[in-house]
Amino acid sequence: MSIIYFLIGCSILLALIFLFAFFYAQRHGQHDDLYTPSVRILLDEKEPGEEEND
Amino acid sequence: MSSRTDTATTCYHCGNTCNDGLFIYEEKNFCCIGCENVFKILSKSGLCNYYSYNFHPGANRSRVEKRFEYLDEAAIVKDLVDYTDDKITIATLYIPYIHCSSCIWLLENLNRIDPGIYYSRVDFLKKQVVVRFSNNVITFRQVVELMVDIGYEPLISLHDVIKQQQKLPKDNLVKKIAVAGFCFGNVMLLSFPEYLGLSGYEQSFRQFFGWLNILFSLPVVFYSGREYFSSAWNNLRKKVLNIDFPLALGIAVLFIRTVAEIITHKGPGFADTLCGLVFFLLVGKFVQKKTYHHISFERDYRSFFPVAVQVIEEERERPVPLSDLKVGQRIHIRHNEIIPGDAILLRGNAKIDFSFVTGEAIPVTKSLGEIVYAGGRQVGESIELEVVKPVSQSYLTQLWNNEAFKRSQEDRMQTFNERVSKYFIVVLLAIAFGALLYWLPSDFTRGLSAFTAVLIVACPCALALSTPFTMSAALGVFDRNLFYLKNTAVVEQLARIDTIVLDKTGTITTNTENNVISYDDLNHVQRQLIYTVCSNSGHPLSRQICDFLGHQKKLEVSEYNEISGKGIYAQVNGHMIKVGSSEFVLGGSEAVHQATEVHMVINGKYHGYFTFKHHYRDGLEDVIQLNKKYNIQLLSGDQDHEKNDLMAYFKREECLHFNQSPQQKLNFIAGLQRAGNKVMMIGDGLNDSGALKQSDLGVAITDNVNNFTPGSDAILDGRSLAKLPRFLRFSKDAVNIIHVSFLISLTYNLIGLSFAVTGALSPLTAAILMPLSTATIISFTSIATHVAAKKRKLA
Repeated sequence: MSIIYFLIGCSILLALIFLFAFFYAQRHGQHDDLYTPSVRILLDEKEPGEEEND
Repeated sequence: MSSRTDTATTCYHCGNTCNDGLFIYEEKNFCCIGCENVFKILSKSGLCNYYSYNFHPGANRSRVEKRFEYLDEAAIVKDLVDYTDDKITIATLYIPYIHCSSCIWLLENLNRIDPGIYYSRVDFLKKQVVVRFSNNVITFRQVVELMVDIGYEPLISLHDVIKQQQKLPKDNLVKKIAVAGFCFGNVMLLSFPEYLGLSGYEQSFRQFFGWLNILFSLPVVFYSGREYFSSAWNNLRKKVLNIDFPLALGIAVLFIRTVAEIITHKGPGFADTLCGLVFFLLVGKFVQKKTYHHISFERDYRSFFPVAVQVIEEERERPVPLSDLKVGQRIHIRHNEIIPGDAILLRGNAKIDFSFVTGEAIPVTKSLGEIVYAGGRQVGESIELEVVKPVSQSYLTQLWNNEAFKRSQEDRMQTFNERVSKYFIVVLLAIAFGALLYWLPSDFTRGLSAFTAVLIVACPCALALSTPFTMSAALGVFDRNLFYLKNTAVVEQLARIDTIVLDKTGTITTNTENNVISYDDLNHVQRQLIYTVCSNSGHPLSRQICDFLGHQKKLEVSEYNEISGKGIYAQVNGHMIKVGSSEFVLGGSEAVHQATEVHMVINGKYHGYFTFKHHYRDGLEDVIQLNKKYNIQLLSGDQDHEKNDLMAYFKREECLHFNQSPQQKLNFIAGLQRAGNKVMMIGDGLNDSGALKQSDLGVAITDNVNNFTPGSDAILDGRSLAKLPRFLRFSKDAVNIIHVSFLISLTYNLIGLSFAVTGALSPLTAAILMPLSTATIISFTSIATHVAAKKRKLA
């Protein structure tokens, strides 16, 4: 049963990694603007040379 | 009488209705130059290089000559950009116009128009664009001009410069929630075996889990929950008992008892309740804080002012930052520009629109040598002035900084939360000590556990949560109906109003839209003639006549003379036309009417006149209907020549107050408050700002929420004035919802307390009861608010 100690350690470590990943995202402004990226992804990346009418 | 010919045309690009014939390209109509340009870029993308190097779309149309000259001054630019070195510059620009996904697309493709721009990123909600560009290839001024050319004019005001210097401290609320949530999840997991029961040989886990729980509680108490302690402590020192005190007490007791139980092997403690409590409290705080940042309430007169002004020195013009403007300097003010400091008129025909300062909408003519006060907007030709007072001492600034116009936050109405929490704490402490004293003689440990259990169970988390959740939901409802409140406390203030004071100009009348009534029928040709003459003039009344006549064919003008303050004399297609004041057109002084009039003479024959009346906002009748329940007053800075029209609305003459100066308005509100009234002031200009601040609830009304709005608690879009009665009713509903949710939380507390006073509160009961009450409160408030909004037709 002492494997439980190890498993709990692993799970907490994993949770901590996610927590720090969240902090990292927070510090780098990934949560500053929660709206524009959702619009941006819908915009087509057409090259200027491509012909498009209407 | 003629009706204007309106053909509903929709913009090919964005689908908005657009003015007929304004933007046509390849036989398609566009509502704005931005849309037209996006279309051009899209449809002609094969020729994009042509655009990139040789053509700035719309360059000749929208740019006013030399307007951004001041952006060449390094001292000014330095304050506006975020970062600059010898290669690149990064700037954040506020663009109020951003409104659709095409805006994002176009603004993020600026580099295709000018290769000097490396990168541009739009924040849609904040209406900001971050631009990074090579300052060797393109200057800041050129970047700004490029944006103006494509229809996205950045709003650069003095306010931006000042804002740079006082950036808000970053709050770590999201981080704290993340930490609390992380610990909450883990502690719950570790507490499960304890609740479900551990067999004999697993007892060693109990201790291990206990220590881990203490470990997880530490960051929750000392990092996430720290603010509750400091807030409770600060309030105690100020001898105020607010809701943070019982919360801090609850957190402290939970933590101490958890640690004590685990160390002494007495039990599992309340670590999961503790972490859950802090987590939910912080989430509630976050919901409350998440107000609507796309509208700034902290704007003041500075956001109305330009960053720089053209100073004439030795026959040459030079842009000078407003802060460096000195007494004695000659300044050059063009059409539609603001006069930044009190100044003497030296040259030109000054027609100053003081609607911003006084509320009076019709431009005032000033003669040479007269003092023109700051805040006026020149309409018409450019003028030269000599500064007599620097910006910091001008009439406008003094008005704004007047001590009487500043209000401390203390004399605000108390929210339900603040009023209840005082009694709550007293009752809570009484029960806790009662339980302690009851058990103390017989069983010391039981007494202690009863005492702590009461503090744990009664912890007013539902009370702390019901207000933010209800009010944020209510705020969202108001927001969708174009009524923007500064914060959640304003909803409660709204519910307790009993007196409504309305300003006239700009509040119950619209500044832009006047009703034009013509008293003589004009035939088709005559209308064309008048339209042609008026379309050549920049005078606001001429503009309104053009709007009124609708789009007409422009005829050839062979002679044109505009005499400022009088009228226009013109020769069109061989017809002699005189348009203007009765004195100018008819020669003599005719019967003087009350309203503003423009008379017409065509080929010597008098054709009647246009008269201009204030257009009352739609929905004014609905607001006046509030008469039955509320005391409604009108407070105006104008003359009383519209008294008779207004009597139709207000019925009683005592409610109408004219000729009020800003100070008088303030005093009037203060008088009402002394009589025990809760006053809501609705106004628009700087002349109302004192009254707005003095009132219990100041509402700034505006047709464009991005424009200047005086300091206020709420901003109301003019279109939603009719909904005001519904807003008031809905705010009362919201307060009732808080009362009911408070009752619900009391019921839970009573159940919990019955366990607690016996000293038999098990951690499992606490762990179930607390999240359950929280979940009930949150779902009740959100559903009830939604239903109430539906009922008031505001959803």
